[in-house]
Amino acid sequence: MGIDYASKIPNNVDLANDKALQRALEHWQPKYLDWWGEMGPEGSKLQDVYLRTAVSVDPKGWAHFDYVKMPDYRWGIFLTPPEQNRTIGFGAHKGAPVWNEVPGEYRSTLRRIIVTQGDTEPASVEQQRQLGRTCPSLYDLRNLYQVNVEEGRHLWAMVYLLHAYFGRDGREEGEELLMRRSGDADKPRILGAFNERTPDWLSFFMFTFLTDRDGKYQLAALAESGFDPLARSTRFMLTEEAHHLFVGETGIARIIQRTVDVMREHKTDDPEKLRKLGVIDIPTIQRYLNFHFSVTLDLYGSESSANASLFYKSGLKGRFEESKIGDDHQLANDEYVVPEVSGGRILTKKINSLLALNERLRDDYIVDCQAGVDRWNKIFERAELPMRLTLAHKGFHRRIGAFSSAKVSPDGRLVSDAEWTANESSWLPTDDDHKFIQSLMGAVTEPGKFAGYIAPPTRGINNQPANFEYVRFA
Amino acid sequence: MGGDLARQHLIDPEVCIRCNTCEEACPVKAITHDKRNYVVDFALCNECGDCLPPCPTGAIDSWRRVDKPFSIAEQLLWDSLPGDSEPSDADRLGTVPDEVARITAAATSSSGAVPPPWSAAHPYVALYTPERPAVATVAGNHRLTDEDAESDIRHLVLDFGKTAFPVLEGQSIGILPPGTDEDGRPHRVRLYSIASPRDGERPRHNNLALTVKRVLTDHEGRPTRGVASNHLCDLARGDTVKICGPYGTSFLMPNHPGAKLLMICTGTGSAPMRAMTERRRRRLALREGGDILLFFGARRPGELPYFGPLSKLPRDLIQVELAFSRVPGVPKEYVQDRMRARSADVARFLSSDEAFVYVCGHKRMEEGVMSALADICREHGLDWASLRVSLAREGRLHIETY
Repeated sequence: MGIDYASKIPNNVDLANDKALQRALEHWQPKYLDWWGEMGPEGSKLQDVYLRTAVSVDPKGWAHFDYVKMPDYRWGIFLTPPEQNRTIGFGAHKGAPVWNEVPGEYRSTLRRIIVTQGDTEPASVEQQRQLGRTCPSLYDLRNLYQVNVEEGRHLWAMVYLLHAYFGRDGREEGEELLMRRSGDADKPRILGAFNERTPDWLSFFMFTFLTDRDGKYQLAALAESGFDPLARSTRFMLTEEAHHLFVGETGIARIIQRTVDVMREHKTDDPEKLRKLGVIDIPTIQRYLNFHFSVTLDLYGSESSANASLFYKSGLKGRFEESKIGDDHQLANDEYVVPEVSGGRILTKKINSLLALNERLRDDYIVDCQAGVDRWNKIFERAELPMRLTLAHKGFHRRIGAFSSAKVSPDGRLVSDAEWTANESSWLPTDDDHKFIQSLMGAVTEPGKFAGYIAPPTRGINNQPANFEYVRFA
Repeated sequence: MGGDLARQHLIDPEVCIRCNTCEEACPVKAITHDKRNYVVDFALCNECGDCLPPCPTGAIDSWRRVDKPFSIAEQLLWDSLPGDSEPSDADRLGTVPDEVARITAAATSSSGAVPPPWSAAHPYVALYTPERPAVATVAGNHRLTDEDAESDIRHLVLDFGKTAFPVLEGQSIGILPPGTDEDGRPHRVRLYSIASPRDGERPRHNNLALTVKRVLTDHEGRPTRGVASNHLCDLARGDTVKICGPYGTSFLMPNHPGAKLLMICTGTGSAPMRAMTERRRRRLALREGGDILLFFGARRPGELPYFGPLSKLPRDLIQVELAFSRVPGVPKEYVQDRMRARSADVARFLSSDEAFVYVCGHKRMEEGVMSALADICREHGLDWASLRVSLAREGRLHIETY
């Protein structure tokens, strides 16, 4: 189960015995490194970073920590070991043995699923490439880099599937993945949220908390796939994704903690006073939360989706924790409640569960987000402060689906254009907010020191202390 | 009893982000979750450690010694981990000498026998007796008060070498001065509060600190020479001293996150306060929370032990209110006056279920502090008479005065 680190491309898929595939990937590898050099984290080439790498894919071997220069990071291909006699768990082929080759009839659908997932990975690296210059601490800089190299590895995971199972089409898609650019007018990334900028660390933490969590739900749905190489690939990716969620959740928690400390010390919750004291006021955090939450909800697509239905019926993409759900895993006769906007009101209707799979995954995601927000709110509770953060209504600020043409307030009311305009600046981040947050961004690179808007972590990485030298500068 | 404690693997709900990697990694399906928490089934977990490296937060690496394992149902309701009870060995507990019991009874006469905070660690008591004392070596002895101060208060560090001497904050040790009294009997044991946290003045070295005032007058102000205090104050580095103890099963600190400490002291009564504060300071990064509010009185800044270090403590650890009664040109202020000035904050502490109150210092301070507490309660609609009883019953009011 060990990983072959002797080859150019570390892998546990026996690449050495598939010369054609090996050549194809070795041909792609320098292009990937060029992309990393051009679009990877700025200013990071000479730094030694305390990173986690997998030395084998079993639980004891996959979290090995050491200093690495990022361009020397060993990106590779790691799949969770196959499960003997695994069968397809849902859809029309339920109970049949899983596929280890792409079924001809699903070839283009499957390729599209893999490309869409794969496109998000380099996109987020591109979105985050300037953040290193304004890191609030070495600890945070290291976490950013860990997230970046693992997003890079997730691209490898998807490109491996494209090369190994989709022939020439797959190789072309692999090239395209390196050609698109986040936010580029001509060659943008596929999904909207991955073309938004991540200009500051508050946005970064919101992104890792909210948008990487979409990644978790999408990967979890793909981990159920009847196409076994995809399921095994995404299973291993999920283990890495957990770190990204951790970075987001604790990043925001530490920002809240710091604000709460200053609020208590100075006995004020006045945003202006708090901003002068160099911490981020809670209403601003709420507006960032509203923004990132709403654009991430769009990633799940329309409430009613024939594509989603097709993916499921074909056995390509399941539901979150499919195997733990106690129904027939066919859903032909089941119904699911979805929202609709009609006659100036927000209503609900029941549609066939197969069509509603996007909405179901979005609802599962919202529950997970809410639990994280509840944990943030414990910081206020512990400090005996009355304010709380909330998740906006799922119709707020949506561009895709039933709410795309409606104006919905964060508390879930349909509002007039006039009311929206009057309140937009208290619901979504303003230019003034962006400027203020930007004004806080300055690099803190002394071990053990943290920017004034964020509290130190409760535990270091790999049990190292907070003042550990997580990144060494050349 | 202590030998039966089991090691239970738990997940810290305050650190866990519910990412499911541990449940995924567990080969024996010992980990499960509901909407609130991820938990480990004690009956199934074989401590193989497969879940430890994948955990992104470290929450998975939590262990407790328990005499009865926490059930899954219990764990699912937690907001935070319970405090740890350290391994104890009933056989090693000695008996407290009558003399020590008498001193303790006198020091705690106003509150009577009070149980320890519910989350206090289990103390070792009387491991060493006057007949079989431990011997410590002086590792340091320096004066805390200014050279021109009236009182000579010293910070003494005692090293126990390879002799086990486990202590907790708030405990005392007995000093056995050498020689005999006029009647040819050995000098009586004197008790001193430990001024350092449980892991030592210098962490992970087997040592502890004392705060010792050189006694040159008796309670009525007549000249006398305190045998033990002068013995201690005169010790040089490398000298040895005989010690019995440790003692104290009540004046201990709570260990659960969120516990708040209200501490009121004068002079060398600061020793246990320093120990507890230092314990909290060293664990600050763990963000266990719980405010500390300290009222500390002395005649002048130069007479206040640890004045320098105290003023450098981080604000998010402790709020310090100092009262000075003999600063030339400034009206006299006693700790009770400072408390009245912060009456709203004191009232907030007193009305919190998480607050633990500690008073240590001169007997004559105690009366002033108690009447200040009564006044503050009245002002804020609390009833001190009944509150005091319930605080004591719950192990949340600890008074040691001399």
